[in-house]
Amino acid sequence: MSNIRNFSIIAHIDHGKSTLADRLIQYAGLVSDRQFRDQILDTMDIERERGITIKSNSVALPYTSKAGEEFVLNLIDTPGHVDFSYEVSRSLSSCEGALLLVDAAQGVEAQTVSNVYMAMEHDLIIIPVINKIDLPSADVERTKEQIETELGLDSESCILCSAKEGIGIEEVLEGIVERIPRPNGKEENPLTALLFDAYYDSFRGVIISCRLFDGRVRTGDIIRFMSNDATYKVEEVGVFRLRREPKDELCAGEVGYIISGIKTVSDTSIGDTITLDVHPALVPLPGFKEVKPVVFSSLYPISSDDYPSIVEALEKYKLNDAALVYQKDSSTALGQGFRCGFLGLLHLEIVQKRLETEYDQSFIMTVPSVQYQFTLQDGTTVTVDNPQYYPDPGSIKSTAEPFIKANILIPERYMGAVMKLCIDRRGVNSRFNYPTPGRIEIFFDMPLAEVIVDFYDELKTVTHGYGSFDYEMIGYRESNLVKLDILVNGEPVDALSIIVHADRAREWGVRMCDRLKDEIPRHQFKIAVQGAIGGKIISRSTISPFRKDVTAKCYGGDVTRKRKLLEKQKKGKKRMKMVGSVMIPQNAFVAVLKSNKD
Amino acid sequence: MSAGLYIHIPFCRTKCPYCDFYSLPSLSLVPKWLEAVQKEIFIYRLLFPIFDSLYLGGGTPTVLTQSQWSGLMEGIFTHFAFSPSAEVTVEANPDDVTEGLMGHLRGLGVNRISLGVQSFDDQELHGLGRRHTSHSAMEAIRCIRHLGFNNLGLDLMYGLPGQTQAQWLKILKKAVDFSPEHLSCYQLTIQEETPFGKMRDKGDMQLPDEEAQRALFILTSSFLEQEGYLQYEISNFAKGREFICLHNMKYWQHFPYLGLGPSAHSFQGNRRWWNLKSVEGYCEVLAGGRRPVADEEILTREQQDLESLMLGLRTMEGVELDRLGDRSQSERVLRVLEGTGLVRVEDGRIMPTREGFLVADSLPLLFSP
Repeated sequence: MSNIRNFSIIAHIDHGKSTLADRLIQYAGLVSDRQFRDQILDTMDIERERGITIKSNSVALPYTSKAGEEFVLNLIDTPGHVDFSYEVSRSLSSCEGALLLVDAAQGVEAQTVSNVYMAMEHDLIIIPVINKIDLPSADVERTKEQIETELGLDSESCILCSAKEGIGIEEVLEGIVERIPRPNGKEENPLTALLFDAYYDSFRGVIISCRLFDGRVRTGDIIRFMSNDATYKVEEVGVFRLRREPKDELCAGEVGYIISGIKTVSDTSIGDTITLDVHPALVPLPGFKEVKPVVFSSLYPISSDDYPSIVEALEKYKLNDAALVYQKDSSTALGQGFRCGFLGLLHLEIVQKRLETEYDQSFIMTVPSVQYQFTLQDGTTVTVDNPQYYPDPGSIKSTAEPFIKANILIPERYMGAVMKLCIDRRGVNSRFNYPTPGRIEIFFDMPLAEVIVDFYDELKTVTHGYGSFDYEMIGYRESNLVKLDILVNGEPVDALSIIVHADRAREWGVRMCDRLKDEIPRHQFKIAVQGAIGGKIISRSTISPFRKDVTAKCYGGDVTRKRKLLEKQKKGKKRMKMVGSVMIPQNAFVAVLKSNKD
Repeated sequence: MSAGLYIHIPFCRTKCPYCDFYSLPSLSLVPKWLEAVQKEIFIYRLLFPIFDSLYLGGGTPTVLTQSQWSGLMEGIFTHFAFSPSAEVTVEANPDDVTEGLMGHLRGLGVNRISLGVQSFDDQELHGLGRRHTSHSAMEAIRCIRHLGFNNLGLDLMYGLPGQTQAQWLKILKKAVDFSPEHLSCYQLTIQEETPFGKMRDKGDMQLPDEEAQRALFILTSSFLEQEGYLQYEISNFAKGREFICLHNMKYWQHFPYLGLGPSAHSFQGNRRWWNLKSVEGYCEVLAGGRRPVADEEILTREQQDLESLMLGLRTMEGVELDRLGDRSQSERVLRVLEGTGLVRVEDGRIMPTREGFLVADSLPLLFSP
């Protein structure tokens, strides 16, 4: 156990975490150069495509130190985006230390700060690593200063590296061995293992990733989950070395996997403590906070025939993403579907993309919403995440919406633009901090609803990519809310309704009508798109009809060609939803919220 | 109604710059083709028990000589049976119309002439690359009438570059003055791979815009309605139901037809097949005693329904409501289309209105699931 080190890499998005992980893996010789591909830990298509990490992943790296001692370094990879900060927290619980990766050109960013705090909460030893020192724009001295003043870490202890160029990799590995403490647990004690991730394998069932703190576990043992006392017989234990490598046993201090015939991921709960049925531990390890969805959207099959296949896809998908929650939902316009809860908009987009590409589903997702609270005249409080269930306006006494504390770190020159952006989005209570000269940290209290759609994109735009953003929930605040309905040719499309702040209702109404005008193709007849609050029309756009498309001739030799053209158009129509007599493209349901700039 | 027989005569003296029908601008292969067609007739002699329409189209059928015509018709009537009242149409080019040839055709049993007039304006005719003049077109009509043909159809084209409503109306009026039993008024469509198509791509040809085309279409159909013509298909008008072209209706009503000659299409049950395009290839394969089929397709139930909808909505008869997909969804669409005046629903059929004809290409999409 003295030769084990468990560590994570924490970093802001794009600061080179996956690249550093790649180098460490290559250094350890787990893959030949020929087999190697970039971002080797990111196995999902969408992770590789977008260059982000979504799921935690672990890998055991063999390493012989300069002193000639042999070590096993367990790297637990973590996602970088705010939507997935719960994953970070989970991974950190399994470590004794963390590499804090900071881009030498970008410096410390908002997420770096919050990740450091998270690591500190878990009592981890933090090793600051300054990456990308080979870049012409690298400013090592300034970055060191930021690490010192903004994070309160000793800048002298920084390791300099370029993961891309392979500079400083050995120093990083030595740093891990020397500075991160060995795990302290006892193999003789009853088993306590922290379940920090679980995923589904279609051949083996659920694979549990866990960190053993005390005790040992081997094949044939009966394990028990301390949260619900469910017991399972262990079929296999082992460690991850990019692929699963079975071992006879896992011991205190190790990170590895357990396979024990569990059918679905929802039978496991992340943060649970695993112990042995025969010699159970008395006290479970401290678990994690339960992840709560903050963004909600409904998912409807394009054709009602596809409903069963969507059900199946969601069930399968859920096996690997416990953070997604869903329940049945129905809409007058769109029929039977599901109301889904997500950790954030990126999570939503990822689920949408994966259901489409990996599960081959075609469906509509409605305008995302947060969870609102309504206090009614009779004193009761109802929580609504779906505009369809907006209470009768006459019965509402007060309305409240969730707020976040936004933490934005930017070069000083963008202050005006960012202030404007936040205030436009109903930000209040601004506070400032000047961590280092030329940089400013802005705090705003903002409604979550204003942030979930395209706030991060907008921030990147107004700061030319230099702004970074993180947030935490700070609870509900009273807010003057209304329900905005969209009518297409006089028919309300319930799936397009949104709950908005009264002051922003007109703006949203106009934006949605304009947007739908662009999204809905011309029909054979005129289409009116209207925004309404409680029957009062507040915005309107008109889609003029096309009035001639007929070709003059259609004889024996033309029929096949013409039919094929129709068949092709019909395929295109599959991505549309018929609402009344109007075909609305499926992406219109989400696109309505995006600003019209792109 | 029984099956229809179509014979494609793929020869023209000159090619028109807007036309993308298959034809050769030389007559040298006519004898070989005739021989091949006779073989094809023989191959298919047993496929259909009886026909009630025969349509000889092209190309330019009237480039054949009288003796060639005799041979062809003899072959057809020897091997295929026709009902006594069968409609027998020949497409004629005004330039080729002579008393001799037309009288001969009449003698062979032809009872309907479709005359490719296209325009009564010499400048337009020149622009369309036609060989004949307004004068020769009128002479041809008189000749055909004189010989006693009492079922004459005139083909006209409109929506030409720069054409005004007034110019087109003048041509229409001239046509109506001859009281043809049938009129086909085709809006000029520019096809890829034609000289007109190339001119358009270079920007040398500009068709009237959507609104102007629409106005011309409406002018055509309202004027002809007022003159007592029935718009039974988007581009086809008949002076009374008895003059509806029986043969062409088969294409729109999914009736079986047999097409002989290069590139001709046939349809039977759920099967459609079509012949090789090139005259040489066609002749060669038949010389070897094989069917000159290029390809075929078997239509699924769904494809048949889609075709019925697509073809039916081009005609005044429309389609049976039963042919529409998902009932409840269709009902809503129907209500809107009725409300906007694009269709009428009567006796369990949905029928396009004049405005509906104008968007007939996309109407099927609103219904099909």
